[in-house]
Amino acid sequence: MTDSPSRAANARTRATGLRLLDAHNLTAAYYTPEGNRVVAVDDVSISINEGEVLGIAGESGCGKSTLGAILSLTAREPLVVEGGTLEVDGKQQRLGPRAKVQRTWRGSVVSLLPQGAMNSISPTMRVRDLVFDVMRAHDRGVKRSEALDRARDRFEELGLPARALDAYPHQLSGGMKQRVVTVISTLLNPRLLIADEPTSALDVSSQKALIDMLLQMLDNKIMSGVVFITHDLPVLRTVSNRIAVMYAGKIAEIGDAEQIASEPRHPYSAALLGSVLVPEPGFRNKRVKGIPGSPPNLLNPPSGCRFHPRCGLAMDVCTKEEPPEVGDVLRFSSCFWTQQNPGTPVPLDRVIPSEEATMVETDRELADQLAGAEEGAR
Amino acid sequence: MRSIHLTPRFWVAASLVIFTLLVGLLGPLIIHVDPHATIGGLYDKPSGRSIGMWLGTDNAGQSVISNLVNGVRTSLFIGLVAGAISTVIGLVFGLVAGFQGGILDDILMGVTNIGLAIPSIVVVILLADALNGSTSFTLAMVIGITGWPWTARAVRAQATSIRNREHIDVARLSGARWVSILLWDVLPYLLSYVVMAFVLQMSGAILAEAAISMLGLGASGSVSLGIMLYWSLAWGSVRTGAWWAFLPPTLMLTLIAFSLLLLQSSLDEVFNPRLRRGRSRRRLAAVAAGTQAAVPTAAIVEPVLEGDRS
Amino acid sequence: MSDPKVIFRGTGVTRRFGRGKNLVEAVKNVDFTLTEGQITTVVGESGSGKSTLARMVLRLLPVSEGTLEFNGTDVTTITGSARADYWKDVQAVFQDPFSAFNQFFTVRRLLSRSFRLLGERAAAEARMEEALNHVGLFGADVLDRFPHQLSGGQRQRVMIARALMMQPKLLIADEATSMLDASLRVNILNVLTDLRDTLGMTILFITHDIGQANYIADQVLVMEHGEMVEQGPADKVIFDPQHEYTRRLLSDVPRLNQSA
Repeated sequence: MTDSPSRAANARTRATGLRLLDAHNLTAAYYTPEGNRVVAVDDVSISINEGEVLGIAGESGCGKSTLGAILSLTAREPLVVEGGTLEVDGKQQRLGPRAKVQRTWRGSVVSLLPQGAMNSISPTMRVRDLVFDVMRAHDRGVKRSEALDRARDRFEELGLPARALDAYPHQLSGGMKQRVVTVISTLLNPRLLIADEPTSALDVSSQKALIDMLLQMLDNKIMSGVVFITHDLPVLRTVSNRIAVMYAGKIAEIGDAEQIASEPRHPYSAALLGSVLVPEPGFRNKRVKGIPGSPPNLLNPPSGCRFHPRCGLAMDVCTKEEPPEVGDVLRFSSCFWTQQNPGTPVPLDRVIPSEEATMVETDRELADQLAGAEEGAR
Repeated sequence: MRSIHLTPRFWVAASLVIFTLLVGLLGPLIIHVDPHATIGGLYDKPSGRSIGMWLGTDNAGQSVISNLVNGVRTSLFIGLVAGAISTVIGLVFGLVAGFQGGILDDILMGVTNIGLAIPSIVVVILLADALNGSTSFTLAMVIGITGWPWTARAVRAQATSIRNREHIDVARLSGARWVSILLWDVLPYLLSYVVMAFVLQMSGAILAEAAISMLGLGASGSVSLGIMLYWSLAWGSVRTGAWWAFLPPTLMLTLIAFSLLLLQSSLDEVFNPRLRRGRSRRRLAAVAAGTQAAVPTAAIVEPVLEGDRS
Repeated sequence: MSDPKVIFRGTGVTRRFGRGKNLVEAVKNVDFTLTEGQITTVVGESGSGKSTLARMVLRLLPVSEGTLEFNGTDVTTITGSARADYWKDVQAVFQDPFSAFNQFFTVRRLLSRSFRLLGERAAAEARMEEALNHVGLFGADVLDRFPHQLSGGQRQRVMIARALMMQPKLLIADEATSMLDASLRVNILNVLTDLRDTLGMTILFITHDIGQANYIADQVLVMEHGEMVEQGPADKVIFDPQHEYTRRLLSDVPRLNQSA
């Protein structure tokens, strides 16, 4: 029907098994004006292979964008990176309050495509001015014509109209703007591109165009790997090789995109997948259940497994102890239930029990939490 | 409401403004000398003999320091009155034109553009001349009435952008009346802007008053920094080296105008955190000036605070 | 449900913006009907004119040509108090759950604005609580909060409660779920289907996501570049699309199950 499955197949062959990035023990916190420490990413380790797309999934407020900021070395106040190391091509970059970021890293080793980037371009700048600015920030001596030539070549290579370079942002459609910004943020051929919710504001056709372009950029070796952050699981399934599901600043589950999508091992992944709506006959006249409540306020996260207040499978131990990582580095789920029931698929109808009652319950709970904390966090 | 982060620049500006306010308010109480009284001869040098002689005497043998503190008071008074008048008129015109749009917008902006096209200083001078024997208050009125058009233009631009926000549609659907929407859904979003416009208008009005008075068209019988400059020029203080007659009012005018402008730009930072300097800004500058671009440009960097929209 | 009644009818609805060389026809000669007690979904890409259509139905934007009929009455050009009366019957929820709030108002202040149209105050207060309960919220928890103290899902639910206070016959949801996470999205969609099932409310749901349309729609209208290219019962339009554009929209939807 479409060429997405073949693209995904390409993606699988594209991954070479060579390690591109190893990130160890990343921890970052926000400091509220009152001096409270809100740990948004808590001791997270991930790795990406050469040619791979790693998807990061989770609801808003789970630390996805914060992880993106750490990986792209763009964290800034009130976010403070408190520790961890990045390792790319065998070179190490230590992170932390006193660690100095090597100047050569930002932009050409890791580059960020920020959330909502396309709406924050100055309306009075033409695309070509933006191109020149970016190239000049990289190399003071670059000539305007050189920068433009490079961008024009890149546009041609990826099938974007070269006349978009002469346009003002408002003259481009949302989808085109996003593709243009993506190309510009990779003009310096970064090893790793971190794309934060690049498709969330787009309609399905523009989403598909952007995803196809990103995969083509990987094929053409413009960059060697992509961290793709979104809450949209079907998009992740299409674009990524592997998916990490984040919850409350930790990784709940990580594994091959296909495995996560077809047989999730963590109740949270299962619940997320369970709320996906697909235009298939099975979804008509069926009641799909969303996850009740919201992610916890990280100022005061729940004890034990952080998902336990929203999880129908929660046991006594879940409320007291940190869950173990069940599986290996490449495929694990942090869950007691999975540990006790190896090989059993997560029973979705038990993860989310009777819908109406819990929805109201957790809202009350949430409101109480908010009362003290939310003002502080702002 | 969200907490407002006051920048160091704001504190510097605020201290300077408070200083000028203190000079204008308390000065005349401390320097207890009648500015119109003759206490010496032509351009007596400053001396410590008495409080009134600290900055010497002017051409008429009057105390310079007493004229100075009373002049600051007049300037501040004129600035407040004129600034308030032009801000109110400009705000009403701009709000209505920007929010309503259509033909009302065309008419109001037509009037505004005519107002902008007429050189206001000429109008002020003509009016001031016509109202010869006027008081500081009428002078302030005249300055205020000619100063509003650009505030109207600026407010209109802001109001137009707010008109398209969804919360305006929501208010209309809730059955809110036109005036209510204007006052509660549009105006609050402009308030920070209006405060800054008022500060600028105030500084403009103070300088306009000084200019008019220097030309000899000031309020008769009153004391102002402009009038001091007028007399010191007319009696050759610059030529004779009587610096105490022209330097203090000039410095004081500069200080008032500078502190108000600084206040305005620091308020811009307070209300508009994207312009804030400090660490994140420096880091961005370092990125731009360094060898690498973290992200395309400063312009497309968004704060990576998660949950901003949730 | 034996005799489905047409509650809203648009005939030859057209909207133009600009003039001369910059003339854009955002909505071109569109005919459609909304059936009482059903959810009708308008599907289309951004720029297809679906939101413009919604704003015209809401009478927030005048039509350039055509007529709008609500319950048999021509509402194409009503203004003033007639339009305020219309808004008692036709309400809306918008896309951005943040910018739809006046950030200087508490939820109580936002909701109590509707009192003027509702008449007697005590009854209106009761209705406010009732509307909040309908979307799973409690007055005591949310009424004195500012929008930035609410989560995204709560904000959107407050917005639905605001619309429900008027007890409208027709509710328009313009991309009301686009900016929410998938899981919150399902919760909001369930609130909408419950409104249809328990109150018999008619809903016009605007979306670019055919997956959501599939989940809640009874009728589907497909718009492309301002034109209505296909309309009919949801099953038919989604599983047996006639128009090329509808097929493309369907094929562009990312799937969880790649082999299917």
